Amino acid sequence: MMDAAARDLQKVDNEGHEFLVFRLGDEEYGIDILKVQEIRGYEGVTRIANAPDFIKGVTNLRGVIVPIVDLRLRFDIGSAEYTAQTVVIVLNIGHRVVGIVVDGVSDVLTLTSEQIKPAPEFGSSLSTQYLTGLGSVEERMLILVDIEKLMSSEEMALVDEVV
Amino acid sequence: MSIDITEFYQTFFEEAAELLAEMEQQLLALDPDEPDTEQLHAIFRAAHSIKGGAGTFGFTVLQETTHLLENLLDRARHGDLQLDRATIDIFLETKDMLSDQLEAYRQQTEPDAEAFARICQVLKTLAEEGSEQAAVAAAADNGEVSAHAAEAPQGGSESEPGQPEGLQLILHKVPAESADALLEELALFGEISEQKRDGETLRVMLATQNSGDDVRAVLGFVLNEDQIEIQPIQADAAADSELAPAVQSEEVAASAAAASSAEPAGANAARPDTGAAEGGTRGADAKGGEKPRPAPRAGASESSSLRVSIEKIDQIINLVGELVITQSMLEQGAGELDPVVHGKLMSGMNQLQRNARDLQEAVMSVRMMPMDYVFSRFPRLVRDLAAKLGKEVELETVGKSTELDKSLIERIIDPLTHLVRNSLDHGIESPEKRAAAGKPTAGRLTLAAQHQGGNILIEISDDGAGLSRDRILAKAAQSGLSVSESMSDDEVWQLIFAPGFSTADQVTDVSGRGVGMDVVKRNIQQMGGHVDIVSNPGQGTSIRIVLPLTLAILDGMSVRVGDEIYILPLSAIMESMQVSEEHINTVTGSERLLFVRGEYLPLVELHRVFDIPGAEQDVTRGIVIIVQSEGRHFGLLVDQLIGQHQVVVKNLETNYRKVNGVSAATILGDGSVALILDIPALSRTTRDREKARLQANVNRGETA
Repeated sequence: MMDAAARDLQKVDNEGHEFLVFRLGDEEYGIDILKVQEIRGYEGVTRIANAPDFIKGVTNLRGVIVPIVDLRLRFDIGSAEYTAQTVVIVLNIGHRVVGIVVDGVSDVLTLTSEQIKPAPEFGSSLSTQYLTGLGSVEERMLILVDIEKLMSSEEMALVDEVV
Repeated sequence: MSIDITEFYQTFFEEAAELLAEMEQQLLALDPDEPDTEQLHAIFRAAHSIKGGAGTFGFTVLQETTHLLENLLDRARHGDLQLDRATIDIFLETKDMLSDQLEAYRQQTEPDAEAFARICQVLKTLAEEGSEQAAVAAAADNGEVSAHAAEAPQGGSESEPGQPEGLQLILHKVPAESADALLEELALFGEISEQKRDGETLRVMLATQNSGDDVRAVLGFVLNEDQIEIQPIQADAAADSELAPAVQSEEVAASAAAASSAEPAGANAARPDTGAAEGGTRGADAKGGEKPRPAPRAGASESSSLRVSIEKIDQIINLVGELVITQSMLEQGAGELDPVVHGKLMSGMNQLQRNARDLQEAVMSVRMMPMDYVFSRFPRLVRDLAAKLGKEVELETVGKSTELDKSLIERIIDPLTHLVRNSLDHGIESPEKRAAAGKPTAGRLTLAAQHQGGNILIEISDDGAGLSRDRILAKAAQSGLSVSESMSDDEVWQLIFAPGFSTADQVTDVSGRGVGMDVVKRNIQQMGGHVDIVSNPGQGTSIRIVLPLTLAILDGMSVRVGDEIYILPLSAIMESMQVSEEHINTVTGSERLLFVRGEYLPLVELHRVFDIPGAEQDVTRGIVIIVQSEGRHFGLLVDQLIGQHQVVVKNLETNYRKVNGVSAATILGDGSVALILDIPALSRTTRDREKARLQANVNRGETA
């Protein structure tokens, strides 16, 4: 597991890497900005029967049917209340478009590899294999998520298992 | 600057493939006893065009094969080669070989050398036999020369070996930047003795052994047919003149006229003159006693169509789909306004709606292709297969111009091929049996297509022996299927679609292994269609396939369950009703059966399948929709019917995954997403439940 994380670290070169920072509860997360297609407000979704609870459903993004994942539910940070500030980050991963619901987007930060520390093993619902590491910017700690890996993982149930 | 010739490969491959298909069609239509000269000309031209292109791109094997074929065809069209079925078979075989070679070049590999050598041998033998046949002193050589003479007036004179010859080319509207590149290409044919550029008109005197058609074929990849004028310059006209004096002398005059017209500047001056020259040569034709050759290739039909990539069309279709959704969103918004105050807006909205629908229909029609695309491949198949099986079969196709969505038309080929093979193998009897039954010895196979509402009906019917009810039942019982004598004919015929089912006593390499009919049915169902069989013993079998015209748009009924909206394909709906208490029977406590018109139907409560909160639990207060799928009927409980719409089908799996019970999604007028129900999948869940229940009963019985 640590090997994987270390390898991911290698990818972050010394010139720094841009991360989109968003909030879930009191925690701050960062994802590779290159995976982000757009940010939009949360609109009604159509529920999909018999899907995991963190899959809120599907929505219409200019004619494309896009699944929406609630990251709070996925990370077990308690269920979120959807307010006017609730936003959806639309990700472009591989050839798929997926939306994630977060509490709010704060900013875009550039982190150099010195600022990124490997994530210690912790027994949460977010396995370290989906983490690029922990970023520290002044007093803040950012949880850097390898969003592509997480979204394409089997447990997300976003894609059909390979039969 | 030189033209990167590989850019034109694709065009050549596509054109050559079309020419080959045309060649096959013409060959099949050809009556060997009384060959139609027009058809022979058409076949010859196809071969010739392919040869020209193949030569240009350096596809030697293809070029040589077509050359041999072309020679034979040339003699055939001048009556020097007696055609018979065997010859046509060889031509067809050569056509197949050419297709293979073309495919090989397309894959950037060299074609099979062995096959090439073999077909060359076959064609050469045929050529020799042919010349013996044409024992009339004229012999093959003479025939060939006269053939060339006849060809010359059209501007494409084939060179006799050792007879130096040149061509005068007048190319119109050549952009200055590509002129040099064109000259470079032309230089590959021979020496350019003279060149003159006058604005956008380029005149070239080319000393070459190649025929005008060859040069034309190459230029055709860069310029349009009407931009190219080619006139032969006969260096030694006297040599030929004894053979066809009238033709040759006129031709020299024509060349001279063209040549002299080349002197004064300006394309306008040149055009009428060359036109006159052509008129002159036409006259010569008549004098020479030869029928005038129709203009090379059908230019008119070529220029009236356009090749567009399917992605571009799909993109347009998507955008139009968006437009229609936006339009219905606007309409919903406008519906809340006061029509008296906003009269203008209302009429504008109505117009927008009409235009959007028309646009959508027009765009969808772009994807439509005629069934001829499918039907045209059967004459060959039937011919070969009938010969193999020793049967006589006449194939008739009806409704070739009936159109169907491209994606469907491609998927229907395999099932249809299978059904046609089946008809030939099992349906139509041998000539002896047919004679004994008092039928004409030649069986009749009909392929018909017609539109029926929003569907297409494709029918494959033969006048063969028909299906045997007893044999099917016996075989089904043997294969362990549950059957009974009381089954209706329809139910019995459906048995042949069961996996592993075959009534053929003998397994042939044509059909009879029992793999296939189930695949046929599954494929057709996957396309949203269904198959019916009508069969009368001794009179034949007719298989009817009903398919939707397109998969992109669906006629649907929107229903509400709880707060959620679902779309049901209209084609699956039989009726809807409110049921009363006495029509509902409970089985094993929770399962409910509906009793409708003397039939017990399973009831699927949508809110249970999809776990929908807040839905109507009481069957008598909801609406039951009777739907059919795969020959089974069942009831679907919903809260409310909302209305009928045409919806644009959106794939759910593009960004998400397959959801059980849902076939796709669509976007409603308010911009929200609704799921389209997968009726066959829902039907299967009821069947699984039944099975589970039966199993549970059995288990209970055992433990008791």
